[in-house]
Amino acid sequence: MAETLKMTTPLIAAEAISKSYIKGSHDVPVLRGAGLRANRGEFISVVGQSGSGKSTLLHVMGLLDAPDIGEVLLQGQRIDNLNQKARDQLRNHVFGFIFQFYHLLPELSLLENVMTPLMIRYSLMGYWKRRREIRESALSMLKQVGLEHRIRHRPSELSGGEMQRGAIARALVGRPEILLADEPTGNLDSGTGGEIMDLLKSLNEENQLTIIMVTHDESIAAQAHRIVRLTQGRIQTIAHEEAA
Amino acid sequence: MYKLLLCVRYLRTKYIALACIISVMLGVATMIVVNSVMAGFATEMRDRLHNFLADIVIESRSMDGIANSKAQMEVVRNAVGDYVEAMTPTVEIPGMITFTDPFSGAPITTLVQIHGIDPEGKALVGPLAGYLDSYNAIIEEGQVIRPPLRSADEPLGWELTTEAAAYREMILREKQQFLPQQSTIPAASTPAATAPTFDETGAPGAIAGAEGTSTLPNIPPDQFAEDVPEDPFGAQMPEGLESPDNGPLRARLYLGEGIVSFQVRDPDTGRMEKMMMVNPGDDVILSTMTSGRPPEVVKFSATVVDTFRSGMNEFDTSIVLMNIDELQRNRGMIAEGVDHITSIHIRLKNYDDAKEVVSRLKAAFPPGQVNIRTWEDKQGLLLAAVEVETAILNVLLFMIIAVAGFGILAIFYMIVVEKTRDIGILKSLGASSTGVMSIFLSYGLGLGIVGSSAGVGLGLLFVTYINEIEDILSWITGRKVFDEKIYYFMEIPTRVSPWMVFFVAAGAISIAVLASVLPALRASRLHPVRALRYE
Repeated sequence: MAETLKMTTPLIAAEAISKSYIKGSHDVPVLRGAGLRANRGEFISVVGQSGSGKSTLLHVMGLLDAPDIGEVLLQGQRIDNLNQKARDQLRNHVFGFIFQFYHLLPELSLLENVMTPLMIRYSLMGYWKRRREIRESALSMLKQVGLEHRIRHRPSELSGGEMQRGAIARALVGRPEILLADEPTGNLDSGTGGEIMDLLKSLNEENQLTIIMVTHDESIAAQAHRIVRLTQGRIQTIAHEEAA
Repeated sequence: MYKLLLCVRYLRTKYIALACIISVMLGVATMIVVNSVMAGFATEMRDRLHNFLADIVIESRSMDGIANSKAQMEVVRNAVGDYVEAMTPTVEIPGMITFTDPFSGAPITTLVQIHGIDPEGKALVGPLAGYLDSYNAIIEEGQVIRPPLRSADEPLGWELTTEAAAYREMILREKQQFLPQQSTIPAASTPAATAPTFDETGAPGAIAGAEGTSTLPNIPPDQFAEDVPEDPFGAQMPEGLESPDNGPLRARLYLGEGIVSFQVRDPDTGRMEKMMMVNPGDDVILSTMTSGRPPEVVKFSATVVDTFRSGMNEFDTSIVLMNIDELQRNRGMIAEGVDHITSIHIRLKNYDDAKEVVSRLKAAFPPGQVNIRTWEDKQGLLLAAVEVETAILNVLLFMIIAVAGFGILAIFYMIVVEKTRDIGILKSLGASSTGVMSIFLSYGLGLGIVGSSAGVGLGLLFVTYINEIEDILSWITGRKVFDEKIYYFMEIPTRVSPWMVFFVAAGAISIAVLASVLPALRASRLHPVRALRYE
């Protein structure tokens, strides 16, 4: 499997990314030439200590942040230097994000939260024409994560695990190719975290979804195909592991 | 779509937005109420001014007037006859009125404008009958105290009402019984010599002296008339005293009510009462000047036929309407059968043509002789003052909405800060900066629309029930908030102009949108990563 993947262009690649933040009067370098390639269907863990730049790498790959140096390639096409509109569209179509703190919109019900990416994708008219279709796909996504009984609830009425599953449903409703997960279990107890990991693994296997997951928890990271270790803004080791 | 959904959700769940809505609502409601009342007052005032003044007035520049009213009116008819509904010649001259205060017995002299009119002609150019006391019922507290003394279809004239004639009869009889005991006038003298007007001057001796030194035979007023301007005594001696019987004098007046009345607060009821010092049937003395060169003083007595109240205080306290022919005769304005007038009042079929008519009339009359103005030109200063007042008030009131705008700005900024993370989320889901911006702009728009609609509703409700609200306020505070006696209005006049409501609402909405621009820009410029990390 590894051999066939090497023949093709990686689905997403971050090449020699450098990024620094300005804190007060001096620059704080976060990434110093880090690179990461992921093939279609891969499940990669990025581990590292706090401040090692793993979240920043994820944000740069997901076009939430721009690199100072280096480039991001999607199927060999550079995407980090595209204009704002194109990057917004790529975020909507190609990437799905999940976060440590779930980040559901508190004013909307779970179903509306899951529908949001599709509402963003279409104009008012377009939404109106597809409203049934959109609702259906949001419902089936919620069913897939096992939340079909809670669609009317507000995020504040859900448990942590439910919120994270809702966030996964929202990230995947737009049929993205890459799921970028930033400490998805970081705020959950080990049992619930395990459920989330099982869900991610099954999504990876059944839908050939490419997942890049940032975590500091080695046991969680170990469940991925491949572990990338970041230390002080550089990739240190790449540990290969066989998928379960 | 998400913009609309979020905007509606934010409106529904953010109670802080209620503060914005209320401030917009109050601002809009205040502006509508104040504008409606101001417009009501202004409209009412304009109507009253307009009604009293007729549409267009041709005035001679000289108080001597212009010759031949018929010929002048023919000039008008030839020039603009198609536009003219009615016109009437008038003599306007300043003068003085002297009457006795029945309560203190002291004579009162005050400055007035004497308008010589033909009542039927005057009624055609303005609603004169509606102002006259005898054509109106007296109503107090919803009760008819006195029905109209004349029926509405009775043409205007100079005859006394039956009531006034009876009153005159009674007054004269009383004085005749009373006077001989006091006066030195021999009993043989004609009743006219002891006429009440003479008594009212408060100087009976003077007229007795004048009578004594006069070499004039006691001629009937009809023959006397032609002689007056040439008569050396005619200018000094109140004429008309020689009336052979107790009937009304030849000079007849409608007096402005404010000239001969005053307001007194009844100590028992606390209500304002109107006290009349002169009633229809009484005689007064008018002094003015002749139209000769140089003008000389001319005095004559006149019988009050009626009092009027136009609602314009300025008119009601200064104008005396008089029969034009008598005024012309007393001023010597009829020479060799040709009369002189000082002005022509014209009512147009359509007031919109006024400008056209004025310019045509200006071409028709010799430029130095007359001044041709619309009533608006004539009252230009007063009308301009009202307009300036309204404009200033509007500017001040708009400040209220501007204050509400700054409130919106501050509250929106707060909401944007509070929603920072959500903005980051939306951007991570692919929302564009303009999309995020439009959430907050439409939020401002929605807030403005809701606030304005509530304000329009509240304002219109307030305007509709303003008199009931005034009653309640009067009841709570224990004193009259709006005293109809002061303002001459029975109730607070209001006029709601749809355009005014529209502009106020549109202004408030645009202020709400403008106030949300800055917070919206800030929201759209938030960096998604920093927004996501925001705690």
